[in-house]
Amino acid sequence: MSLFEAQDLSVSLGSQEFVRRVSFSIGAGKVFGLVGESGSGKSLTALSVMGLLPSGMQRAGSITLERRRIDTLDERGMCALRGREIGMIFQEPMTALNPLKTIGDQVAETLVIHGAAGGRQARDLARAALARVGLPDDKFPLTRFPHELSGGQRQRVAIAMAIVLEPQLLIADEPTTALDVTTQAQILDLIRGLVRERGMSCMLITHDLAVVAGLADHVAVMQNGQIVEAGPTEPVFRRRHHPYTDQLIRASAFVPPRLLAEPGAPILAAEGVRRSYRLPREGLRRPLFRAVDGVDLTIGKGESVGLVGESGCGKSTLTRALLGLEHLQGGRVVLDGQEVPKPANVGPAMRRKMQVVFQDPFGSFNPRHKVLRLVAEPLYLFRGAMGDHRKLVGDVLRAVGLTADDMEKYIHEFSGGQRQRIAIARALITRPDLILLDEAVSALDVQVRAQILDLLTRLRSDYGLSYLFVSHDLSVVRAITDRVYVMKAGRIVEEGPTWRVFSVPREAYTKELIAATPKIPDDWLREDTA
Amino acid sequence: MKGRAAIWIGGALSLIFVAAAGVSFFWTPFDVTQLAVTERMRPPDAANLLGTDHLGRDILSMLMVGARTSIAVALVAVGVGMAIGIPLGLWASAQNGGLLDDIIMRGNDLIFAFPSLVIAILITAIFGPSALNAIIAIGIFNIPVFARVTRGGALPIWTLDYVLAARVAGKSNRRIAAEHVLPNVANLLIVQGTIQFSLGILAEAALSYVGLGAQPPVPSWGRMLADSQTMVALAPHMAIVPGLAIVAMVLGLNLLGDGLRDALDPRLRRAR
Amino acid sequence: MLGYLFGRLVSLGLSLIAASLVIFFVIEIIPGDPAAFMLGLNAAPDTVAALRRELGLDGSVIERYYAWVTGMLRGDFGTSYTYRVPVSELVAARLWVSLPLAIYALVLSTALAVPLGLIAAARRGRPADLGIMGVTQLGIAMPNFWFAMLLVLIFSVQLRWFSAGGFPGWDAGVGPAMKALTLPAIALALPQASILARVMRSALLETLGQDYIRTARAKGLSWPRAITRHALRNALIPVMTILGLQFSFLLAGAVIIENVFFLPGLGRLIFQGITQRDLVVVESVVMLLVFSVITVTFLVDVAYAAIDPRLRRRG
Repeated sequence: MSLFEAQDLSVSLGSQEFVRRVSFSIGAGKVFGLVGESGSGKSLTALSVMGLLPSGMQRAGSITLERRRIDTLDERGMCALRGREIGMIFQEPMTALNPLKTIGDQVAETLVIHGAAGGRQARDLARAALARVGLPDDKFPLTRFPHELSGGQRQRVAIAMAIVLEPQLLIADEPTTALDVTTQAQILDLIRGLVRERGMSCMLITHDLAVVAGLADHVAVMQNGQIVEAGPTEPVFRRRHHPYTDQLIRASAFVPPRLLAEPGAPILAAEGVRRSYRLPREGLRRPLFRAVDGVDLTIGKGESVGLVGESGCGKSTLTRALLGLEHLQGGRVVLDGQEVPKPANVGPAMRRKMQVVFQDPFGSFNPRHKVLRLVAEPLYLFRGAMGDHRKLVGDVLRAVGLTADDMEKYIHEFSGGQRQRIAIARALITRPDLILLDEAVSALDVQVRAQILDLLTRLRSDYGLSYLFVSHDLSVVRAITDRVYVMKAGRIVEEGPTWRVFSVPREAYTKELIAATPKIPDDWLREDTA
Repeated sequence: MKGRAAIWIGGALSLIFVAAAGVSFFWTPFDVTQLAVTERMRPPDAANLLGTDHLGRDILSMLMVGARTSIAVALVAVGVGMAIGIPLGLWASAQNGGLLDDIIMRGNDLIFAFPSLVIAILITAIFGPSALNAIIAIGIFNIPVFARVTRGGALPIWTLDYVLAARVAGKSNRRIAAEHVLPNVANLLIVQGTIQFSLGILAEAALSYVGLGAQPPVPSWGRMLADSQTMVALAPHMAIVPGLAIVAMVLGLNLLGDGLRDALDPRLRRAR
Repeated sequence: MLGYLFGRLVSLGLSLIAASLVIFFVIEIIPGDPAAFMLGLNAAPDTVAALRRELGLDGSVIERYYAWVTGMLRGDFGTSYTYRVPVSELVAARLWVSLPLAIYALVLSTALAVPLGLIAAARRGRPADLGIMGVTQLGIAMPNFWFAMLLVLIFSVQLRWFSAGGFPGWDAGVGPAMKALTLPAIALALPQASILARVMRSALLETLGQDYIRTARAKGLSWPRAITRHALRNALIPVMTILGLQFSFLLAGAVIIENVFFLPGLGRLIFQGITQRDLVVVESVVMLLVFSVITVTFLVDVAYAAIDPRLRRRG
C-alpha cells in the first residue's frame, strides 16, 4: 500500500499548463526520485503537493496521504499538515533560514506552531533533532545564528526543522545542488539514514541522475510537465523505454572522443603563485586570507588540463591570477616564455594569447549590447588593426555552431547553451593559444552540457587550443582533460594524468572527492542490457 | 500596464507645468509686475481664472512665472547633484572597500547630516537670501544621494563576469565604467533624477516660503503661500491655489518616476 | 558587538568634528570679520573692536575653534549679541517646544505608517492597498507647511477646534500645551507617514518574497503568522534607515512649521538670528541641529546591531 498518491496532478497559470496530469505514488519508507531538466515542472509538482504554489497558479487532480484526500483541505487544514505530516527542504540553504533568529528557535518553531511542545520541552526536542542531523549541542548550541554556519550546516538545520515532528513524507527539492560534492554526499547520507531509521518516505527532486541512481527506490522522469517514464530505479536506468530517458542518461555519461596529441612546450607556467586578501573587518582586525598559497602549474601547448576543487579552495582566484588580473604577493606566471607583469602592465599582445569563458550564461554579457559588439570586444586588443569586425565575428559564430545573423540579436534572445557558445566565440576571436574555462558548463542541463563539451573538443583539434578546465564537477573534468590538478585550501594537493588520478588517487583528499561524487553504476549504462 | 498609465499621467502633469513656465516667457494673462489694489483678493472669476492676490496680481500669471523659478532651481540642483555625485559614486564603486571608497562614503554621510534647509540657513546667514542659495543648498544635498545610488547600483555590476571579460579584453577601469557600468545603472539614475527633481520643487517651495529662496519681485510658489498666510481666513484661494499647483507638479513627477522604475526594472522586463 | 559599536562611536566622533569644522569655517572664516559683519556697514570702529573682544576674535583661528568647541562641551554656547543672554539659555527654552514637537510628530507618523504599510503589503493589489498607495502618493507630494495652512483653515478658522497658532507654555499645563502642538505635529507627521508607509510596504513585500518565508510556510505557518514571526523584523531594517533619515527632515520641517503656527521654537530663533545677523545664535543652533542628526544616525546604527545578529560579530 502506498503512503502517498497523486492522481492527474496539473498546475496551470491561466491557459498555460506547467504540469500536465502527472500521477505517481510513493511507498511507505521508500525514496521516490523525480528527475528532469530545468523547466520540466518538477519543482512545481512538489510545491503543488504542499499547496505552496506561487500566487495565481491553479492546481487540479487528487492527492492522497495515507488514504486521506489532502487536495480538498482548506488553507487551515494545509497549515496543520505542513511540517507535521509533510516536511519540505529547498535548494538554497544560504537563504532558507531567517537570518535574525537562532537555529534553536527556528527548529523549535515547528513544534510550537503545531502545539506539539512548548518552552523547555520544545528546546530539548530541537536540540535532539539538531544532534540527529549532525549538529550536536556542544559544538552547535541552539543560540547559533544562521550566518555562523556553512551552507551544508544550514541545510542540516533545514532538515532538522522538517523532521522534528517526524512527518511521514519528506519532500527534498534539489537539496544538494548548491552544495559541494563532499557536503552533498553527507547530506544524501543523512537523508538515507533518516528514511531507514524512521520509516519515513522521501520525494527527492533533482536534475542529477547520478544522485537519483544512488538514493531512489523508484524514479519518474519528467519532461515538459509530463512524466514520460516511471518505475523502479534500476530497471528504468537499464531499459530506458522512452527515448528522452535514454537521451538524458547518455548525456549525463557523455565523454567526448579523446584527442591523442603529445603536449608541446609549456604555453603557461605558474611558479609558486601566492595571492591573499584582507577579509572584511572583524572588530578592529582585518584578517588575512590566503586564497592561493604557493601554486605550481603548467599547461603544455595543445594540452587540456583540469583544475578541480570545492568552492572556496581558491581556484577562481588562481584563474584570475593566471589571466593577469590579480596582483601577486609571490611567485610568477609565464605565458609563452614571457613573464606576466602586474595587471596594469599586461600588454595587448599578451592578452590576445589567453582568453576566458565564465560559468554564468547570464552575467557574462552586457545585456545592452548586441552580439556583434559582445563577441568583438576582445578585438579591442588589436586597436583597430583587424579591419572588418563583422566578418571575424561571423566566422567565429559559425565555428561555434551559430549563424552570422545572430550577431544582430541581443543576448536575452538566446538560451543558456547558446549563450555559452557565444562566450566561446568571444574567447576564440583573438585566435588565442589558451582558453581558461571557469566552470564553463556547470550551469547547463546535461544534454546541452554534452553538446558544449563536444564543441570544445572539436575546437581544440581545429584550432590547436590548450584548455585549463576549472570545475568542481569531477565527471566533467574526467571527461575532457588529459591531466588534472586537485586543489584544496589554496594549495595543489595532487597532480597527474587524469585517468591515473581518477582510478588510483594517491592523496586522501582526492580519494574523498572521488568517493563522494555520485555516479550511475557502470553496468546500468551498458548497451546490451537494453 | 500600471507602469504605463503612471508614466502617461505623470508625464502629462509635469509637462503642463513645464509648458506653462515656457509660455510665461512670452505671454501671461496679466502682467505680474502690475499692481492693482482695487482688484485685490478677488476669488476666481471669468477675468482672473484663479483669482487675485493681496496686491491685485493675477494668480494664474503668478503661478506660470513662479513655475519658472521652481523648475529652474530644482533642475539645476539635480544637475549639480548628478554632475558631482555620479562620478564620485562610480569612482567609489571601482575602489570597493578601499580607502578612497571609505572617504567618499563618509563624506556623503556627513553631508546627509546637513539637510538642505540647514545648508540654506548657513549660506543665507552669510550671503543673504537668493534663488542661487536655494540651488546650492538643494544641489549640495543631492550630491550624496546620487553618489549613493550610483555606488549601490554599480557595486554588483563590477563583480559580474562581463566586466571581467572586458578586463581580459584589455580595457581600463575608466573604459569599463563608461561602457559597461554606467549604462547599466542609467535606469536607476533616471528614476532617482525624477524623484530628486520633485523633492527639489518641494524644497524650493519650503525655502522661499521661509524667505531663504528667490527674493521679490521674482514670483515663486513658496512665497505666494507665505504672502497668503496672514490672509488665509479672508481669501482662502490665495493659499489653496499655489499649494495645489505644487502638489500637482510633485505628484506628476513622482508618478513619472514610479512608472519609469516599473518600466525600466530589468527584473520585471525579463518576466514579461 | 563591541568592535562594531566602537567603530560606530569613532565614526560618530569624526562626523561631529568634521561637522563642527564646516560650520565654524562658514560662519567665522568666510565673512572675514564676523564682528564687522554682525554690526553692519555703519558701525563705529570702536564698537566693532568691542564686539571683537567680546567674541574672542583676537586669537588665532585654531585658538578660536578650540575655545568654541570646548565651550560647547561645557554647555557654554557664547552670549547672544542681540538678546544679551547666554545662547544656552535661549536654546534650552526653545528646545522645550521643538523637541516635543519633533517627537510628537515622529510617534504620530510611526503609529500611522506601520499599520498602513502592513495592511497594504498584506492586501497587495486589492482595494485597501490601492487606496493606501493613492493617499500616500498625495501625502508625499504635499508641502507640509501648506498642509499646515489647510489644517489651520479647516480646524481653526472654520471649525474653531484649535487656535491658529501660538504656544501657551508648559506652565499652562500639559493638556493645553499638547493641544497647541497637535496641529503642527499632524502637519509634520502626515507627509512623513506617507513615505514611511510606502517604505514599510515595499520592505515587507521584499521580505515576503524571501526563501525563509517559504521555509516558514513549509513548516506550517499561516500567512499572517509568517508575516508577524518572520517578515516583520526583517522588514524593520530598511524601515529604520528611513526613520533615522526622517528625523533630520522632521527637525528641518519643524523649523518651518513653527513659522506657520508662531511657535517659539528653534526655528523661530534661527530666523530671528538670521535677520538680526546674530551669528553666535545661528552657529550654535545649526550645530545643535547637525549634532542631533548625527547622534540619531548613530542610534540607528546601534539599533541595527540589536536587530541584526550579522552585525554582532565577535570582537
